[in-house]
Amino acid sequence: MAVQKLVIEAGRAERHYWKDLWRYRELFYFLAWRDILVRYKQTAIGIAWAVLRPFLTMIVFTVVFGKLAKLPADGDVPYAIMVYAAMLPWQFFANAFTDASNSLITNANLISKIYFPRLIVPTSSVIASFVDFLISSVIFVGIMFWYQFVPTWRIITIPLFVSIAFAASMGAGLWLTALNVKYRDVRYIVPFVAQFGLYISPVGFSSSIVPEQFRLLYSMNPMVGVIEGFRWAILGNTSAIYWPGFIVSLVMIAFVLWSGVVFFRKTEKSFADII
Amino acid sequence: MSHPVIQIENVSKSYRIGHQSKKKHNTLRDLIAEQSRQWARKIRHPFEASLFGSSDTVEDFWALKDVSLEIQQGDRVAIIGRNGAGKSTLLKILSRITEPTRGRITIEGRVASLLEVGTGFHSELTGRENIFLNGAILGMTRQEIKRRFDEIVAFAEVDQFLDTPVKRYSSGMYVRLAFAVAAHLNPEILIVDEVLAVGDARFREKCLGKMRDVGREGKTIILVSHQMEMVTTLCEKSMLLDRGKMIRFGDTQSIIDEYLKSYVSQSVTVAERTDRKGKGGIKFTDVWLENASGEKTTNFMCGDSIVVKMRYEVKGKVPDDARFSLSIFTVTNSSVALLGNNLSGDVLRGRLSDEGVVECFIKKTPLNIGSYYYNLSIHSGQELEDWVQGAGVFEIVGGDYYGSGAMPDRDRLILIDHNWKAEEPVQRER
Repeated sequence: MAVQKLVIEAGRAERHYWKDLWRYRELFYFLAWRDILVRYKQTAIGIAWAVLRPFLTMIVFTVVFGKLAKLPADGDVPYAIMVYAAMLPWQFFANAFTDASNSLITNANLISKIYFPRLIVPTSSVIASFVDFLISSVIFVGIMFWYQFVPTWRIITIPLFVSIAFAASMGAGLWLTALNVKYRDVRYIVPFVAQFGLYISPVGFSSSIVPEQFRLLYSMNPMVGVIEGFRWAILGNTSAIYWPGFIVSLVMIAFVLWSGVVFFRKTEKSFADII
Repeated sequence: MSHPVIQIENVSKSYRIGHQSKKKHNTLRDLIAEQSRQWARKIRHPFEASLFGSSDTVEDFWALKDVSLEIQQGDRVAIIGRNGAGKSTLLKILSRITEPTRGRITIEGRVASLLEVGTGFHSELTGRENIFLNGAILGMTRQEIKRRFDEIVAFAEVDQFLDTPVKRYSSGMYVRLAFAVAAHLNPEILIVDEVLAVGDARFREKCLGKMRDVGREGKTIILVSHQMEMVTTLCEKSMLLDRGKMIRFGDTQSIIDEYLKSYVSQSVTVAERTDRKGKGGIKFTDVWLENASGEKTTNFMCGDSIVVKMRYEVKGKVPDDARFSLSIFTVTNSSVALLGNNLSGDVLRGRLSDEGVVECFIKKTPLNIGSYYYNLSIHSGQELEDWVQGAGVFEIVGGDYYGSGAMPDRDRLILIDHNWKAEEPVQRER
């Protein structure tokens, strides 16, 4: 067997990086598994927290936006279902980038003592959030049964939108993670963004209430495309997707993800020195 | 068959100390200002690489400076040096945790580095879970871990506690498990930093044995340790680092001796030492050694007499119960002996003045060949008046202690006067 030869040099583009990433592929799984295992240790209701948070927010939104403010739902869909369809990807996105942004800091001991491709750490956080997402999706099925709501064939496109949500989470996560290592301001920005984003993204309301002339601009928010996609796939014919906006969102997501990876890779080598 | 598996060429590492401490509590406003300045710089100097580029207030601290070294396959090399010499930085660069500022390293083979025991252990997880997690972090696949699982558990001796969270482990068990995982990595090159300083003596012995085994299999080991004993037993070659520079690379014994000498000679005279402890009512100002004919020297033969002369100075009233003592250590930090006027029963009361010299006479030095250093201290009453660590060194360079021409190996520290005889043979009846 040929011996692996490794050259360490300042500023050297790591040729083995992607190969290393593959070699360490099981670490994605192990770190995510650890995060999930640990997150709900010593909690009374355990993993139910993953379900409770989006569920309660959904109830509040349904009451406030649907009942009190009387905002229109998409067609004749129950307001609760419309909200939950958006709450799922939003909660995933918010949890993922919040957890990812802290992931390197909470794993500082690993970063400063062991080598492995650092990309694994925030990615694993996103994967762990993804598992929460899957669990709260199960509740969604329950809600649909409750309202006796039957989705159309479009439901089979949902994996596509899930992957888009995943890409958006990764992009935002990588940026915030890399920045957080050096600028701990990020820690204060992140909860704010998560809270703020909940209201500027069409979670509690349908994006159709946004005035037509602003919709393209509104779609600059990457989560607009994701949420519209989810609603389009789940709610069926009643929810129309705004395609130009969707494309804008997609481009934004692609850009954030690409630049996130580049930025992360560039700063990665100094993590151990500044963390 | 040996060929270099690690080539270190002019490796330097600098840290921006001013930069970093300033940036730690940065505000968003500073960030934006700084970033826009840098983008402006980037436009002007588009080929300047670093994104977190330098700002004007940067101070560079060179943790490593132009270190070059070649390590052959199967070498067991220790890196020796004082705190802050750059040992850990070098290990971190070798294990790819941080990158060098300049220079180049070529490594052939799979590297496992163990810079800390139990990195990546999670206290909430059980022993079994941690074995898998830690193994994965260290670069093992699940298959590999499964294959070695029993071995690891047996080595760590934790089989009854496998399903207990490690936060309930004793510290010994924790360390055992952590070392066991790392030891079964089966790398071609093993990098170890001071990790065996923990755990009980028996387990330490076991770890050392395991590392010796690894070494015997033709694998390369790089070790940082302050325990010279471990260094001498494990590594045949050593590298001496001081303030980021490589002083020398050679066989361990000579490097350790040199380390010790640099340890003492580079520090200032006893009078100027500031790292002393004690009240300071009475202080050492100088110390030197003389041989039987009254010449100052630091080289002696086994069995020679040594006169240790200590100059002291009193501030204020001369204490009437001052007790002087001298403790002798080997270079490997093993304590050898304590000498004191209260031990020998010699009364100094009434003989001390504002300043003067006390001497300690060692009649027939019962120490084997080797380098030694000593600490000095003065007590009065219950109080420590002065304490100087590593006040001086001396060397026993040879000799014929017993007058028989024979000497024990130099790892037998103490020479004890003794005689042998056989008793008169007793006639046994058949």
